[in-house]
Amino acid sequence: MSLLTVESVSKSFGGLKAVQRVSFALAEGEVLALIGPNGAGKTTLFHIVSGFLRPDEGSVRYAGESLVHLRPHDICQRGMVRTFQVTRPFHRLTVLENVLVGALERVAHRRQAVRIAEEVLALTGLADKAGSMGRSLTLPDRKRLELARALATGPRVLLLDEVMAGLNPTETGRLIDLIRTIHGRGMTILLIEHIMKAVMALAQRILVLNYGELIAQGTPEEIVRNPKVIEAYLGEGYVDTEAGWGPC
Amino acid sequence: MIMRALLAAGVIAMLLALPYWVSSLWQNLLITTFYYAYLAQAWNILGGYAGQLSLGHAAFFSIGAYTSAVLAIHVGISPWLGMFVGAFLAVLLSLGIGYVGFRFGLRGFYFVLLTVASAEICRLIALHLPILGGYTGLFINFSRNPLQFQFQGKIPYYFVSLGFLAMASLVVWLIQRSKLGVYLLAIRDDEDASEALGVNTFRYKMVAYAISAALTAFGGTFYAYYQFYLQPNTVLNLNHSVDIMIRAIVGGTGTILGPILGSFLLELLGEFSRSFFAGGVAGLNVVTYGTLLIVVVLFLPRGVYPAIVALARRVTGKQA
Repeated sequence: MSLLTVESVSKSFGGLKAVQRVSFALAEGEVLALIGPNGAGKTTLFHIVSGFLRPDEGSVRYAGESLVHLRPHDICQRGMVRTFQVTRPFHRLTVLENVLVGALERVAHRRQAVRIAEEVLALTGLADKAGSMGRSLTLPDRKRLELARALATGPRVLLLDEVMAGLNPTETGRLIDLIRTIHGRGMTILLIEHIMKAVMALAQRILVLNYGELIAQGTPEEIVRNPKVIEAYLGEGYVDTEAGWGPC
Repeated sequence: MIMRALLAAGVIAMLLALPYWVSSLWQNLLITTFYYAYLAQAWNILGGYAGQLSLGHAAFFSIGAYTSAVLAIHVGISPWLGMFVGAFLAVLLSLGIGYVGFRFGLRGFYFVLLTVASAEICRLIALHLPILGGYTGLFINFSRNPLQFQFQGKIPYYFVSLGFLAMASLVVWLIQRSKLGVYLLAIRDDEDASEALGVNTFRYKMVAYAISAALTAFGGTFYAYYQFYLQPNTVLNLNHSVDIMIRAIVGGTGTILGPILGSFLLELLGEFSRSFFAGGVAGLNVVTYGTLLIVVVLFLPRGVYPAIVALARRVTGKQA
């Protein structure tokens, strides 16, 4: 059964058609990746799904309810939470407090929220940074903090906007393992990602956007053999690399 | 822990004994300090914690001052009750301004301008309403009746202003410990990220604004019954809003002790430059005051109190 259904969504900024008649469904327990060149409309689509932008046309439904007129915090409280591509830690709060912001709305008492925050910090490997200020974190830790804060809200669906960007291969590998663990606990995940290694390792299904339109969708195997996708995004020779899914 | 309790007891004992030791001049200085610290503390809830800069708090202040005065003069209601009516009206205005500002996403400069404009509108209304005394201002007859918020001598005012400050600081302390406190600081740092994490940023900004406005209005009542005279170009002046804000900024926004420390520093600084340059070139004291203010803001951009805390941490850190 699909948890999130996007139907024929369009959004323009002036003359620029950022997203055009995009439809897709996200099933419960699925990991779906959204890929495409820069400017393809991936983040715009994320903004629409998470309530930061209203679509000009089309519908977004989550668990049977329309999200189009809800504000981001309403959507988060219903169980769908996003992270930001450019990390946005609360600079003057500690790491624990950063995560607490996500946890406080779920529980009645601060003590319970602190317990949730500590669990999430342990899961995301930030436990020893709990007392550091948000601004003092390194990029990999900031990415983890984005994830930790989102997890603290107790979501059913995670929307991850390029959580791997800017990480080195070791850090990417660790984050892939972490996301797998989270998925293993029953989380439904929609991710935007440029790092194909991560997409291939995580996604069960892939959507490809180009110039605001959905040009392909399918399993990772289907996508890397799709000529339209190779032309628009992956580049010639992508499938020919030794590892099978190497960069172009 | 024991050290802390002793220190607190010492400070309280000193504050209770202080007005009996010092001259009337110093009593007045302390009352003004507490009173501005109180207003800065109220401003701090919205400007410091929630990070929404208001340059129009004179509006709430004046609503509190005029409402309690007019109710006492024309209806015979004691200012002790009238101040709650004033606070209620101030909350209504803050919710109106907040709705316009926050619902339509005014941030930064635009929100500041909205608050300035709202205070200006209040000033023009006060200048043209006969019941508020118009340009001549509103005089309050002195009756020496504590039930009418009127006291003989400075010492009662000292304790009332100290009580006000303690109350506002308690409110801020409670906010800081609560969910609201964490949310306000998160909103100050990144509103969109807070919203994405399920925080109803609109609602919490409105709550912060309302609490801040209500407390500021109480301060207006205190002012009215300390000065016994209200004039729109004084109480509703932009400078007055700046006076409130600057104390919190110099001391350190988003902290409990910041506004209190800022008020002490600026009051002493103002008094010092006034007496030091007395009889000399006119206005030189203001220039000195301004220059020192620039120095503080330039070198301690987060405020004096956070700088002291950072320094203390470095010193104790080295010892450990």
